[in-house]
Amino acid sequence: MSALLLRDVRLAARAGGSAMLALAFFAGVATLVPLGVGAELPRLARIAGGVLWVAAVLAALLALDRLFQADFEDGSLDLLALSPLSLEAVAAIKASAHWLATGLPLTLLSPLLGVMFGLPPRALLALFVSLLLGTPAVSALGAVGAGLTLSVRRGGLILPLIVLPLLAPAVIFGAGAVLEVLDGIPNGALGLLGAFSFCACVLSPFATAAAVRLNLGS
Amino acid sequence: MLRYANPTKFLALSRALRPWLAGATVLLLGAGLALGLRVPPDYQQGETVKLMFLHVPAAWTAMMAYGLMAAASLVGLVWRHPLADQAAKAAAPLGALFTALGLLTGSLWGRPMWGAWWVWDGRLTSFLLLLFLYLGYIALWNAVEDETRAARAAAILALVGAVNLPVIEFSVQWWTTLHQGESIVRAGGPLIAGVYLWPLFLMALGYTLLFVSLWLMRIETAILERRARTVMLEGG
Repeated sequence: MSALLLRDVRLAARAGGSAMLALAFFAGVATLVPLGVGAELPRLARIAGGVLWVAAVLAALLALDRLFQADFEDGSLDLLALSPLSLEAVAAIKASAHWLATGLPLTLLSPLLGVMFGLPPRALLALFVSLLLGTPAVSALGAVGAGLTLSVRRGGLILPLIVLPLLAPAVIFGAGAVLEVLDGIPNGALGLLGAFSFCACVLSPFATAAAVRLNLGS
Repeated sequence: MLRYANPTKFLALSRALRPWLAGATVLLLGAGLALGLRVPPDYQQGETVKLMFLHVPAAWTAMMAYGLMAAASLVGLVWRHPLADQAAKAAAPLGALFTALGLLTGSLWGRPMWGAWWVWDGRLTSFLLLLFLYLGYIALWNAVEDETRAARAAAILALVGAVNLPVIEFSVQWWTTLHQGESIVRAGGPLIAGVYLWPLFLMALGYTLLFVSLWLMRIETAILERRARTVMLEGG
């Protein structure tokens, strides 16, 4: 299990892997926003939570279509399916590796971007915690989409269409957690986000495994 | 019930039922519209209240369609029955259409009531997400080449969507209460007078039967298309 996890993380982390690309994309999107909406810091601070959350989701989606694809093409996915590891476990490990390679670096980078958006320290903390709690759900639900589009040529094109509506709650609660601090009105966003993320992470591997299984075709 | 899982028996039943359903649809929609157009203007909304009879049933039907699609998907996934797959596939474009109709009439209603074509109201936003769910489902069906695989992939997506839909609904409602001032509570609420309730009821039933008629027709077409393909393959 840990061997598979390590292998996937190493593949993503090496030069040209998805981790750096996702980070660069995240920072790039975040840079374009002030150019589009204007540079006044109060306004930027107001939208920072939402913008960074949307950018993080998009950046995580970017790397998703290769989640199973490469292993599918070179046949290692068949070997994994034949291994004593259940396909549900493989799905969970793959999603975890995706999170370690994209979600976690994005979360670590987010305070820096938050400072550039003029967020006060306590809101930075809320942003950081909300991404830490919420990005696993993005990886878990994204893995379902990656499994479903496995045998689709250019599946990366319909993957976002499938996954984005499912991720709406994460963006809403994530951005809500930052607003909670800015407005000073308790709204319980972090708790809801944690609950959503927990359910997504527990349930998604089953759907992912079912999707991968049907595409392996037996 | 299981008897009609056989495509031939289903075809016979569906063909026998369809004229009656279509007739009832026309009658109900006609009666609903006739009554609906004659209701007195609402004290707050004026004449625009009549849009409710087109809008609300469309929204209900769109949600029912997703429920039926998910149920058919579950049957198709568990019992591997091709007819259920076809039923789920046939429901999706109709559901998307009713969702779009709900959004369109909602937008037309919103213009005089809220002064904007679109407001980020909880219901509107969750309906927009519902539309995207439908579109993703249809796109997945079309993208996977092998039909049995497409059916199973789409069924999994429909079920994941069905589990997530209440959460999306809840989160969007939560979000609109967070953004106070942008959401406008609709006048009327549950206190709808009987004079409005009757046409609404008739229209809702009419929309439902319209959906069922079209659904049966699409399933029939799918079965016949499949047979035509088989004949072509055998003959060619």
